[in-house]
Amino acid sequence: MLNIVWLVLLVGSVVMALWTGTTKELVTSVTESANAAFKLALGFTGVMALWLGIMKIAEESGLVGLLTRGIAPIMRSIFPGVPDGHPALGSMAMNLVANMFGLNNAATPLGIRAMKDLDQLNSRKGTATDEMCMFLAINTSSVQLVPAGAIALLAAGGSSDPTVIVLPALIATGVSTMVGIATARILSRFRRFRVEDKGCDDHDAR
Amino acid sequence: MTLADSAALGSHVIFLGFLVGIPVYGFCKGVRVYECFVKGAREGFDVAVMIIPYLVAILVVVGMFRASGGMELIAAAVPEALAGWGLSPDVLGLALMRPLSGGASLGMVGEMVARHGADSYQARLGGVICGSTETTLYVLAVYFGAVSVVKTRYALHAGLLADAAGLVASLLVCRVFFG
Repeated sequence: MLNIVWLVLLVGSVVMALWTGTTKELVTSVTESANAAFKLALGFTGVMALWLGIMKIAEESGLVGLLTRGIAPIMRSIFPGVPDGHPALGSMAMNLVANMFGLNNAATPLGIRAMKDLDQLNSRKGTATDEMCMFLAINTSSVQLVPAGAIALLAAGGSSDPTVIVLPALIATGVSTMVGIATARILSRFRRFRVEDKGCDDHDAR
Repeated sequence: MTLADSAALGSHVIFLGFLVGIPVYGFCKGVRVYECFVKGAREGFDVAVMIIPYLVAILVVVGMFRASGGMELIAAAVPEALAGWGLSPDVLGLALMRPLSGGASLGMVGEMVARHGADSYQARLGGVICGSTETTLYVLAVYFGAVSVVKTRYALHAGLLADAAGLVASLLVCRVFFG
């Protein structure tokens, strides 16, 4: 799926640029975006290091384990493949808490940490596990309680009450998250997703 | 204090709670906090370097798509009938942009605010759509990139379906609340 989406965006952009006469902008954007991606990744290093350091303390102090036991009943039903007491349950919980409160700077490193913990349970490195797909589905559907960015825009535009969107957004994001969880659960049972996709044949993708 | 202020304060408290509370708890449990922090933080650079190829792959095609003007082309092709449901060209454009780029979709909400006013139906709908989902492709690239997963199986299907559900829910909820 990602292969197809990627190729469609790539080829589609060129076709549409030819149609709308924006080939010059298109060509400029390629180099710009590649540079931006590199800067984004490197710019991420400081915050990443900070939260991975904090996470290490949380882990060694037994805090992650404590959290893992606390939320185990809920997480067990969503992530049945993660054994009881596995650190992935704790790091995923911390990521979700950070996401709920819109702490993007903390949420991403914690999420990456959770993915690394989930990868320990992965017998086929390079291929996503059911738990990874479920975790991604929850994360991409957003669990943020208050859409701070949008509220700031409305407020900046002189809205009389920018926070009117809080409840509607909460309902909408609740629906999207539930659909994400349900879809991931249902798709995990499809046979076509059980066998490996035909990727580029790279057995040592690590 | 308004709701926005209390939400911001709550976020700051939780942020600091994580940042300060964890080391304090660790110290009480006898962890050598400084050494432990450094040990964990060392992985930060590796992760950053690891996700570069994934980010380049995604951001380049998203950037190309934005520059091609294809978004406007697709949005303009919406039939009139759908506009009655609130799915006007700019709303559809926003819905298409949301999974691709967080910054660009917020920019589009900013445009809606400027064009229709901050208390308009369109601006509020835009805000709700923005808040209803995440930047699916970006999250996918970063999270899977960090563990070198290239075969993503059904993760994108689930993410995009959740985005679509978020859009439909936003349209319906805004009809009820602001319609």
